[in-house]
Amino acid sequence: MEIFQQILFVAALAVAAWLITKRIRLISRAIRLGRPENRFDQPDERLKTMLLVAFGQKKMFNNPLVGFMHFVIYAGFVIINLEILEIILDGILGTHRLFAPYITSVYPILIDVFELLAFGVLSVCIIFLGRRFIARVSRLQASRHHELQGWPVSDATIILVAEILLMIAFLTWNASDSVLRDRGIGHYGALQGVVPDFLISQFLKPLFTGFSDTGLVVYERVAWWAHILGILAFALYVTYSKHLHIALGFPNVYFSDLQPKGEMQNMPEITKEVQLALGLPITTEADGSQVNDNGLQSGADSPAEIGRFGAKDVQDLKWINLMNAYSCTECGRCTAACPANITGKKLSPRKIMMDTRDRLEEVQRGWKMHGSEYKDDKSLLNDYITAEELNACTTCQACVNACPININPLDIILQLRRYRVMEESQAPASWNAMFSNIENNMAPWKFSPGDRFNWADQVNDLK
Amino acid sequence: MTQEVKTYKVPTMADMAASGEEPEILFWVGCAGSFDDRYKRVTIAFVRILNHVGIKFAVLGPEEACTGDPARRAGNEFLFQMQAMSNIQVLNGYKVKKIVTACPHCFNTLKNEYPELGGAYEVIHHTQFLQGLINDGRVRVKDGQPFKGKKITFHDSCYLGRANKIYEAPRDVLAALDADLVEMKRVRANGLCCGAGGGQYFKEPEPGNKDVNVERVEEALSTGADTIAVACPFCMTMMSDGVKNKNREDSVRIYDIAELIAQKQGL
Repeated sequence: MEIFQQILFVAALAVAAWLITKRIRLISRAIRLGRPENRFDQPDERLKTMLLVAFGQKKMFNNPLVGFMHFVIYAGFVIINLEILEIILDGILGTHRLFAPYITSVYPILIDVFELLAFGVLSVCIIFLGRRFIARVSRLQASRHHELQGWPVSDATIILVAEILLMIAFLTWNASDSVLRDRGIGHYGALQGVVPDFLISQFLKPLFTGFSDTGLVVYERVAWWAHILGILAFALYVTYSKHLHIALGFPNVYFSDLQPKGEMQNMPEITKEVQLALGLPITTEADGSQVNDNGLQSGADSPAEIGRFGAKDVQDLKWINLMNAYSCTECGRCTAACPANITGKKLSPRKIMMDTRDRLEEVQRGWKMHGSEYKDDKSLLNDYITAEELNACTTCQACVNACPININPLDIILQLRRYRVMEESQAPASWNAMFSNIENNMAPWKFSPGDRFNWADQVNDLK
Repeated sequence: MTQEVKTYKVPTMADMAASGEEPEILFWVGCAGSFDDRYKRVTIAFVRILNHVGIKFAVLGPEEACTGDPARRAGNEFLFQMQAMSNIQVLNGYKVKKIVTACPHCFNTLKNEYPELGGAYEVIHHTQFLQGLINDGRVRVKDGQPFKGKKITFHDSCYLGRANKIYEAPRDVLAALDADLVEMKRVRANGLCCGAGGGQYFKEPEPGNKDVNVERVEEALSTGADTIAVACPFCMTMMSDGVKNKNREDSVRIYDIAELIAQKQGL
């Protein structure tokens, strides 16, 4: 009987590992679709940012109450993994509470902490469901935010309910186990006197005292299997879900933008053209590297292949933009802070991230169905994100500031704008007027450049 | 200009270079500061302060051109770099080291975006500069009038605040005026945009329920302040339009930080 369970467990573990690895490879291939971008500089600063913002949850605490509740789930996730280690070893070796006899003094304390966290996670998940469906927090409502309609709401509900069920399985498993131990049955009884009752599950014991010995063993096994299979299934589910942020949040913060928020990234391929146009010495290669004195010649010999100006589709974006998309958990803090969205315009920074991810998943489906070279005739711009959304952005960086894991929706918006303006000449007419004013009058308005200094005449007589 | 004997002087870099002089700072006026009738008053207020404290400064005058900020943010990188590199040629030609500007958009572009194109300068915003003058005692403001007890609220400019983390300098200057600084609901890193950045100033807003500047002015008015202080030419226009939209232009005034200091000094 025991060996049968062991075989089943190892098989379940192997299947889960195989499926999850396949997903990870697919996602990492999708992220590598993006253009190269060096985010490996300043390792000290990056590590510091990751410790503060990802491990330390710094930006979550901008809203202390929600920050605390999220921290409970986060700590639960990180720390309960220790318990999962024991569960997995028990499953493989056919043992029961493998660590207990070796660390008798610490073991009950550890389990008490896990139970406290499990209870915390359970409570917070219930409160989070309440925030969505009873308190109806605005940024989480599909009725207010078009991008949440359909799957995103189901996804969020599945995650919260799954976590509640996993925690119930864990706590009732401990409770039924304690009753079996009290009754001195089999290997459960062997731990009598070694393992005491636990902090939370002791209160659940009355639920099980009416069970027969067999019924109790069945419940204990079912709860144990439900807990661990649930965790494996959830881990796989996460790779299809916004909940992927539990893994990608960390690298996403590590590789986040360290420049001042107002700085818009330079386009070296344009620098070269402008230098040629102005008759200046060439200082930059299209790939951004600085060239030496004879750079002009070598540049002429091997014209670098210039891709698109700006981005039309996901492969024109940088890999970090694509990682951002997979890391986004659709919390909507960006959208709630966006002045365009606040005043009822179509732009939603959250939708920009969700669209990017949706488009990436569409590309993946194409790979799966038609082979890895497959290309469809769709693109992120137009098929997902419209000009009206892009044109509404004030580049105020509120979305960038609001994101708890340093996602940058603005960077994607700006790259799409560049494509529309430079490749398609699709700027709004009044922007084209502004462009030609700058070009001809050196100011965005139609004033004569010769009048630029006229203000100085008033320095002494203005009252 | 320089021949006439006047109280306030506005030397240009060309004048300075001709007489073999080097100014301490270059005052980058910006397009709004040069052409916008309302913001010209801010330019003049700042120039009077510079004269008043006796700092050796100069402007580019007719040699100045748009930094390219609205073009870049609207997506026209080519035009931006054309502007940037021409400006850098002029600035480097005069061996400019230190720039002060009253426009946060110019400030951000000169400070963060020009270095990569070959233009590295020490760039400071006029609120930081004024804060420095007050701290050094070169501008004395601690005598109550005319702001004592007046309720002033400060509207954070995105390109000063979030973009470059300058939140305290304008507030320190306001505090030094002895005014009663009342904060809006959304301030500092959470400040709400005036609605003009990213090229929005130069086109009609996209359809929505409301214009961004109206939302922001409602927030400012709800503080009960009768003065809205700004530190950006675009915020100035957007806030003024918003106040007009609310028919409050008779009771609520919009001033730039530099104007408040100039008023305090009787300049």
